[in-house]
Amino acid sequence: MTLLPEEIKKDFPLLQRTVRGGRPLIYLDSGATSQKPRAVLDAEREFYERHNAAVHRGAHLLAEEATDAFEGARTRIATFVGAVPGEIVFTKNATEGINLVAYAMSNAATAGPEAERFRVGPGDEIVVTEMEHHANLVPWQQLCQRTGATLRWFGLTDDGRLDLDGLDELVNERTRLVALTHQSNVLGTVPPVELIARRAREVGALVIVDAAQSVPHMPVDVTALGVDFLVFSGHKMLGPTGVGVLWGRRELLEAMPPFITGGSMIEVVRMEGSTFMPPPQRFEAGSPNVAQVVGLGAAVDYLSEIGMDRVHDHELDLTGYALERLSDIAGVRIIGPGTTEARGGAVSFTVDDIHPHDVGQVLDELGVEVRVGHHCAWPICRRYSIPATTRASFYVHNTLADIDALADGVRQAQKFFGTA
Amino acid sequence: MQLEAMYQEVILDHYRNPLNKGLREPFEGEAHHVNPTCGDEVTLRVHLEGEGRDATVADVSYDAMGCSISQASASVMSDLVIGKSVKEAMEVGDEFLALMQSRGQDVEPNEDVLEDAVAFAGVSKYPARIKCALLAWMAWKDATARALGEAS
Repeated sequence: MTLLPEEIKKDFPLLQRTVRGGRPLIYLDSGATSQKPRAVLDAEREFYERHNAAVHRGAHLLAEEATDAFEGARTRIATFVGAVPGEIVFTKNATEGINLVAYAMSNAATAGPEAERFRVGPGDEIVVTEMEHHANLVPWQQLCQRTGATLRWFGLTDDGRLDLDGLDELVNERTRLVALTHQSNVLGTVPPVELIARRAREVGALVIVDAAQSVPHMPVDVTALGVDFLVFSGHKMLGPTGVGVLWGRRELLEAMPPFITGGSMIEVVRMEGSTFMPPPQRFEAGSPNVAQVVGLGAAVDYLSEIGMDRVHDHELDLTGYALERLSDIAGVRIIGPGTTEARGGAVSFTVDDIHPHDVGQVLDELGVEVRVGHHCAWPICRRYSIPATTRASFYVHNTLADIDALADGVRQAQKFFGTA
Repeated sequence: MQLEAMYQEVILDHYRNPLNKGLREPFEGEAHHVNPTCGDEVTLRVHLEGEGRDATVADVSYDAMGCSISQASASVMSDLVIGKSVKEAMEVGDEFLALMQSRGQDVEPNEDVLEDAVAFAGVSKYPARIKCALLAWMAWKDATARALGEAS
């Protein structure tokens, strides 16, 4: 059964408000951050009103309840992506998850022999792609700068796909790590992660996947992907801000040195030195984001109830319709694949002779909220020789009528600026 | 619609037919500014005649990429400052900055000082666009400081 976006929309208090002179809000910016259903807001509120306490310490009832809420959410979030709870590390966001691995790799230089797998230095190579969000590019540039390793990357084809021609040369015996997105936040492209991961395994390289745009929108099974690490963000999947997830294969997390150190992650502390907890606690120093984790647990429950297959099918319908409606407009160029094949619900486009900022301004005036700019993936704009794009991104509450409003708005922008 | 309040005819005119656009010689100071949130860029050159703050702004030339607001602002700015002394031009810049930071409050823009730049008053109501309007002005200040040997 297909999902009913009009019904789903009723669960989102914010989507009931009006904007810019009483217009209904048409939210097409879930790729930047998603709105929250009441169930998520209630879960956070209930945690603070009924169960709030420091987790993993204290012998009182509240501490028990808080710990149960926190660890219960971990279990449900793990199940949501086909993992076990001990492999789920809570971070602030996906960016922090990637940095955690990048800094752990730096720290491996001075850690024990168990950390050998994570060491990089001159002569070693790290491979990324030209379609990465800055979050999955800059940390690797920096790691290369700190260690003397070399950064290499997959280029893009004209239709917004990864150029895989040089796969075997690019991912070679010098490669220590491949970092790539599971769905481009600009192009919508879903690269063949399994294929690249297979090649990486052949040469003994680690693979980290930025799933910030895939886990919210399609069924993801971390073990089926054949990768080593995967990160995602709570706020893009109906959950609160301030919580993200790093998933890692258990034996790797066990061998990996910590990034942030302090309380909660130690085993024994003496003045001369300390030993650390096993994962995931080793990577969760300090007071954790308990209420946010509980909220993310509620988001995962909400999405599971709808069913991720249905979420994905719904977004493919919207994407196909958006590609069709936008392509019909003279002067509009889709930046990214023109079909729904291996593609998700982020549709970027340019409008001839109107800067995306100006397109976005006209849309905003009509209550249609989209993202404009380079979307934290500047190299994509350079690759396609454009300054920026306008991006519409979809979620469970969007309807075909929302896309009609988008297309009508683009035509209004053309009219306003006198370009069509 | 509020759009007309923001995109005044003056702004659209400057956007379609920008003044002083293109990089020219001679120049004593050059600055490259970027708006990291959207990727808009401007490279701007300043040619001064005379010394210090009394020097005359003899030319401002620029190459810019960006939205209508940032492009129109570069055009209006160059037209305003060319021919003024550095001191006078900086005062105009300060007045423009104050207008942009007014957040649409009822600040009566000083038309005698700002001339065409008063058209940007509507922009100050949209926080996301203020940077667009200020990009060229900031580049001009920076390039001028360099021309005067004040920048590091």
